[in-house]
Amino acid sequence: MAIFLNENSKVIVQGMTGAEGTKHTKRMLASGTNIVGGVNPRKAGEKVDFDGTVLPVFGTVKEAMEATGANVTVIFVPPAFSKAAVVEAIDAEIELAVVITEGIPVHDTAYFWAHAVATGHKTRIIGPNCPGIISPGKSNAGIIPANIAGSGKIGLVSKSGTLTYQMMHELRDFGFSTAIGIGGDPIIGTTHIDALEAFEADEETVAIVMIGEIGGDAEERAAAYIKENVTKPVVGYVAGFTAPEGKTMGHAGAIVSGSAGTAQAKKEALEAAGVKVGKTPSETADLMREIMQGL
Amino acid sequence: MDLYEYQAKDLFAAHGVPVLPGDVATNPEDAKAIAAKFGQAVVVKAQVKTGGRGKAGGVKLASTPEETEEKAKAILGLDIKGHIVHRVLVTPASDIAEEYYFSFLLDRANRTFLAMASVEGGMDIEEVAATKPEALAKIAIDAIKGVDVAKATEIADAANFPAEVKDQVVDTIVKLWETFVSEDATLVEVNPLVRDPQGKIVALDGKVTLDENADFRHPAHAELVDKAAENPLEAKAKEKGLNYVKLDGEVGIIGNGAGLVMSTLDVVAYAGEQYGVKPANFLDIGGGASAEVMANGLDVILGDEAVRSVFVNVFGGITACDAVANGIVKALEILGDSATKPLVVRLDGNNVEEGRAILAEANHPLVTVVDTMDNAAAKAAELAAAGV
Repeated sequence: MAIFLNENSKVIVQGMTGAEGTKHTKRMLASGTNIVGGVNPRKAGEKVDFDGTVLPVFGTVKEAMEATGANVTVIFVPPAFSKAAVVEAIDAEIELAVVITEGIPVHDTAYFWAHAVATGHKTRIIGPNCPGIISPGKSNAGIIPANIAGSGKIGLVSKSGTLTYQMMHELRDFGFSTAIGIGGDPIIGTTHIDALEAFEADEETVAIVMIGEIGGDAEERAAAYIKENVTKPVVGYVAGFTAPEGKTMGHAGAIVSGSAGTAQAKKEALEAAGVKVGKTPSETADLMREIMQGL
Repeated sequence: MDLYEYQAKDLFAAHGVPVLPGDVATNPEDAKAIAAKFGQAVVVKAQVKTGGRGKAGGVKLASTPEETEEKAKAILGLDIKGHIVHRVLVTPASDIAEEYYFSFLLDRANRTFLAMASVEGGMDIEEVAATKPEALAKIAIDAIKGVDVAKATEIADAANFPAEVKDQVVDTIVKLWETFVSEDATLVEVNPLVRDPQGKIVALDGKVTLDENADFRHPAHAELVDKAAENPLEAKAKEKGLNYVKLDGEVGIIGNGAGLVMSTLDVVAYAGEQYGVKPANFLDIGGGASAEVMANGLDVILGDEAVRSVFVNVFGGITACDAVANGIVKALEILGDSATKPLVVRLDGNNVEEGRAILAEANHPLVTVVDTMDNAAAKAAELAAAGV
């Protein structure tokens, strides 16, 4: 099973011929992802050799989908062109668009999200400013290193890329059904709640790790959702307990403003929903280890 | 980036939002001259990027140029919630018939924009929201459709703006939306928006936050940065493309990825409690931890005189640990004698054994390698306490 991405996923890369796109297309191929082509209007019709795998370049997402049956796109195009790239993916009605690009203006993200809403949510958006999604052993759409952990029964959803890697590493002896980095921008497509809902429904997943950070109230809303809808055990971690008010901590969305967005409030909300919350990543991993050993 | 009131009002004026004239002074003499130019009573307003200026004595009325000079003298240099006043805005005093509130902002939960409006302006809007939520209209904005006259009318009606000023308010709302969108703002707030005794609507104050991710399409925004007010270390880091925030502790922090660095700050703060030491900074060197990036990062952190030890916390993902270890070794070579503080390094992830071997072989006298994040934080805190 796994969520959103599996062994049947056919992946295209928007921005495949750029520096980041090239590097990560190679990595995704090496981890077994079924990449069927790329999109770059200026290089349409060309073929590109990635260490022996020759992939076609298409002019548009629609053409790529028609020619290859692709149902997932990974987007690496620079911030100035990301809005157009995501809108194109939405218009082509591709099932899943994973937006890796960091630094997209929030007005652009708000625009493509509104476009997704207006067109009936035919495309699931993950990101932007995220590491992507991996269903170990099945497919890897994004930049998460595939060799950290193998497949298993834990589902992981996180705002942060490196904390995703850290947690996968700590729990590598158990493995993951799917690990998904939803990104640290103020507006994102797939949320903690979306991932929790999918993990709850996924037969392969038996327990869930949820990683949040300061800013916004997504963790509080996730806590309310868990209380009502999630029966599988959930372990949580929130980064940024000691972050001062008014300073953006790396992610555009990671800022404590006034009394809103603090790690303490998020921790309390999660604990009130029955989620065990670790003080550090390793303590969080220990909490999950106990759960997995008890199952 | 938050703007000063005078900068926000300049943007408002450029987009046709009604504001009062005004000039900025950095010394009392200039303030006096500005008041003389206006030839009437003025308000002297501290320019700081925080709220509560009035209560802190940062806004004063002056009826003559001499009094303006006096008031400016009292306000310049004030410390308002940690912000020192370096500039005052001198603007004609205006009579106020009514005060309203208006803002456009980002609504993260609903993944769109929000208009907030109230005819009970002038006070802390968070207080209005908490004590009298029915007095604050909140209208979601479709990011594609935006705000036209019809939408602005809907907002003005929802907030019950009086009929005699509605047309002006609607026009102002449309222009504030134009400011919000065309400047790539994440907040445009007018508190108070006032009606003067002649019935004219004016934005008496202004607060604007700009999205730095959009700087690439706003070259003019670079001029709005107050270089003098920037922390020199933050400015230096920015020049080198590093994501650095100065904090007030003793343990320098370098890590890769915003989430991991935030987590590192927490772990160091916990470990430092028993020694009375705290994290000195946030520094995310991003995915690639090359020797140059590592050297730049260390250079910035070691430039902070408060730093007593440095914790380098890297998870080797895309950039494997051996490359990071080589980066650290070469960075120390580049820095030479200017590196004087002990470094605690925690590496984990891809090629961790190779990475640790490289550091062991280099055997640099300042470097201690510790296996786990928690233990490394404890070591860094201990070294910082010993170095105080």
